[in-house]
Amino acid sequence: MTTVASTADGAGVPLSFRGPASLRIVAGFGFWLFLLSDIILFAALFAAYAVLSTETAGGPAGRDLFDLHRVFLETACLLLSSVTCGFGSLAIQEQSYGSTYLWLLVTLLLGLAFLIFEASEFAGFVAAGAGPSRSAFLSAFFTLVGTHGLHVALGLCWLLIMLLQLWTFGFDDKARRRLFCFGLFWHALDIVWVGVFTIVYLGART
Amino acid sequence: MNASSDAQGKVPELTARTHGSRRSYIIGLVFAVTLTVGSFWAASSEQIYNPGIPLLLAVLAIAQIGIHLVFFLHISSAPDQTNNLLSVAFGVFVVGLIVFGSMLIMAHLKHMSVPMDTLLQMQR
Repeated sequence: MTTVASTADGAGVPLSFRGPASLRIVAGFGFWLFLLSDIILFAALFAAYAVLSTETAGGPAGRDLFDLHRVFLETACLLLSSVTCGFGSLAIQEQSYGSTYLWLLVTLLLGLAFLIFEASEFAGFVAAGAGPSRSAFLSAFFTLVGTHGLHVALGLCWLLIMLLQLWTFGFDDKARRRLFCFGLFWHALDIVWVGVFTIVYLGART
Repeated sequence: MNASSDAQGKVPELTARTHGSRRSYIIGLVFAVTLTVGSFWAASSEQIYNPGIPLLLAVLAIAQIGIHLVFFLHISSAPDQTNNLLSVAFGVFVVGLIVFGSMLIMAHLKHMSVPMDTLLQMQR
């Protein structure tokens, strides 16, 4: 058994001799490819924003609109929810229901707080006459930041469904694999947000 | 042999490696908070040479993306991660091509085109 364990671990065995990878690794890789294609979608929106960010058509520019205190709070929510999601996946690994529900619910609430901050920001812009139809800059801004917000909203729906699956199926392989993919999705959204707050919000300041 | 290597005993070890540990999330959080606070400070600070700020922000953002990849997404050079790492490299290449390519082409187009007011005068 110990020799089997050591060969399964891969020490000293060439990659091509190890047989097929486990389903978990294959599923993770497939989902990772989806995430990269999603990040390429965001790259196209970032490129559009970078080209259009100075085309304000006489309307308000980013410097006049953006409230960095709110952006900092949004960043804090998303970053903390990323970490609590990580703690959640550790709790899943330890198969402890209490801490899994706790950390995933905290993740859900932090994601919800982020969405509420963002919705109030958008509503404020529209009320001030700076809606997406005002200028090319604002169209690009609402498309980029709105697409990220939409991803967060879909992620929250997914998390809700996963909590229900955990409730019904317990820690079976399928639910664990899906939760692992959800973790990847959530961390990837955080990476996109790093680009958003640097290029859109802080970039408008400089 | 194959059946026994797929046995239950192997699974916890595998997940332990792909999920990292509490410590790695804490380290990642500390780094990420430092870099985030650093970039918000740099953007609104008066003490830094102004034209250098965009460069500083870019460096801080790239560092933070690296921190997220390593400590949260657990991308590493482990043998079972080779494909993930290769696809990240390809993703970075495509993203760079799209963003910098678009900016270059659009800047060149703007440089080559006649300004709108001049165009209106020419039509008169």
